[in-house]
Amino acid sequence: MLEVDLKLRELDRARWRMALALTSGMVLTYFGFIAMVAFGRSVLAIQVMPGLSLGILLGALVIVASWVLTWVYVRWANSVYDPAVRALLASRR
Amino acid sequence: MIQEPAGTAIGQPNAIAMAFFFGFISITLGITWWAAKRTRTTEHFYAAGRTVTAGQNGFALAGDYMSAASFLGIAGLVSTTGFDGLIYSTGWLVGWPVVLFLIAEPLRNLGRYTFADVVAMRLRQTPVRIAAAVGTLATVTLYLIAQMVGAGGLIRLMFGFSYEHAIVLVGIVMIGYVLFGGMIATTWVQIVKAVLLMTGALLLALLVLLRFDWSPAKLFAAAAQQYGSGVLAPGRLVSNPLDAISLGMALMFGTAGLPHILMRFYTVPDAQTARRSVFIATGLIGLFYLLTFILGFGAMVLVGPETIKSVDPGGNMAAPLLAELLGGTPFLGFIAAVAFATILAVVAGLTLSGAAALSHDLWVSVFRKGRAEPGEQLRVARLATLALGVVTVALGITFKGQNVAFMVSLAFAIAASANFPALLLAIFWRRYTTAGAVTSMAVGTIATLLLIYLSPTIQVDILGEQSAWFPLKNPALVTLPLSFAAGMLVSWLAPEPEAAMGFTRLERQTHLGLESE
Repeated sequence: MLEVDLKLRELDRARWRMALALTSGMVLTYFGFIAMVAFGRSVLAIQVMPGLSLGILLGALVIVASWVLTWVYVRWANSVYDPAVRALLASRR
Repeated sequence: MIQEPAGTAIGQPNAIAMAFFFGFISITLGITWWAAKRTRTTEHFYAAGRTVTAGQNGFALAGDYMSAASFLGIAGLVSTTGFDGLIYSTGWLVGWPVVLFLIAEPLRNLGRYTFADVVAMRLRQTPVRIAAAVGTLATVTLYLIAQMVGAGGLIRLMFGFSYEHAIVLVGIVMIGYVLFGGMIATTWVQIVKAVLLMTGALLLALLVLLRFDWSPAKLFAAAAQQYGSGVLAPGRLVSNPLDAISLGMALMFGTAGLPHILMRFYTVPDAQTARRSVFIATGLIGLFYLLTFILGFGAMVLVGPETIKSVDPGGNMAAPLLAELLGGTPFLGFIAAVAFATILAVVAGLTLSGAAALSHDLWVSVFRKGRAEPGEQLRVARLATLALGVVTVALGITFKGQNVAFMVSLAFAIAASANFPALLLAIFWRRYTTAGAVTSMAVGTIATLLLIYLSPTIQVDILGEQSAWFPLKNPALVTLPLSFAAGMLVSWLAPEPEAAMGFTRLERQTHLGLESE
């Protein structure tokens, strides 16, 4: 197998590892929230401050977590993945 | 707090709503005329010449995704049930990170116009294209029916048009966009709509918060004071946890299988732009669903659930009523026009992706074995648009007065169980085969339709039976793993060496793009 292809395979593994780790993070966050809704009603009813129940706070945090996870991916892709792809393309020429 | 009287201009054609409404139509038809001059090839028609920027595509993705159901429906649900409605607000966003992590970049580098391009890439074209086109058309048709029936009802409520007139009007304008302006016009209609929708929701939220010292907590506290602290905690909506998990799976993985969303990734020049555009879309859509917290509770406290239900039992008029209360008839007119723009844009995107499945996947790839002239491809694409548009109008009229709310979650269930597993396995798994791909798509589609038919949604709510054979309202919890398992089992039992050999090329193209060829 060519060295380029070996490097490509390595890059492929790294991307899928990152993608699957972040997907699992999203799955755990959202289904954790749903599990709380289903089984932790009394906990979610606790008001952190008057009006702001834990349920509303966690719901908003699910949205914030989605933002954070996408940001982590974009950062990784821009700073690690893209340079590696560019290096591979350069070595092929 | 004293509630304002129930007198409302909703349902009477008011001059300002009409002005906004015709303003929107003239601007978007102007865009269509401009786009039509630039639509000369199939690449323009399906993929806007691949020149859309990350920012433009981010807004267009948000525009394609945020339907009137989410704007009016979720605001209504929150205003009448409180916290329970918020479960939907979060659920509608969580599919987007999954689209970014798993699908967007490989899709952009591997395909040309439809997601079937990617699934069929190293497999045998004909069977895979047919199965993928069936999955696409099933998703698109169900989604379109839900949108059209919703549109007819909403426009009747807001402008006083008859249901049939509303459907025909939506149909004609939408066909105009897609037929003449293709993806270029559709993209810009989405962008205009997304900007209008975000502006409307932001303004409305700011006007609500103005009355509560800019503190969402004070707003929630006021809701708890009037309607009990129960509105801030889970209530009766999620009575069966498995139901909630099943719906969650459909929303989370269905987004990554919606043909009209996937098609948008072909409009950008490269994978990096696709990545940035999903990042922007996730930001916009997340912000929008956070705003629905404020809009919903704002409508609950300021308008009141009783008033909202008296105008429309489904609660859909919560946001328009709130707009009327806070900004008078002009603001109501603006919000009504925004809701209308929202519907038009979503049906245009859906129709274009359905037309691509009919013309690119079925006609060009299956029937003509890929040997169609460019001119013929474009003609067939336009013919398919026209046909699908007419069918959409007919379906909208046929389903008048039917309970179609379940069709959106059904569309998501098929997208999650038929399109998503095939797409993911095709780009991820070397040993995936033609038979495996066809099996996973067929099993996903058929099992979803069958289980929906046997579910309480159809058996109890629509047919009026006492009980249903299948306990869950949304079948994704069963059908998604089933589709993965069926596709993998068949691939294992009958290996396809040519498909496995093609995987190395796929891998290269996934990362290096077409430059590697």
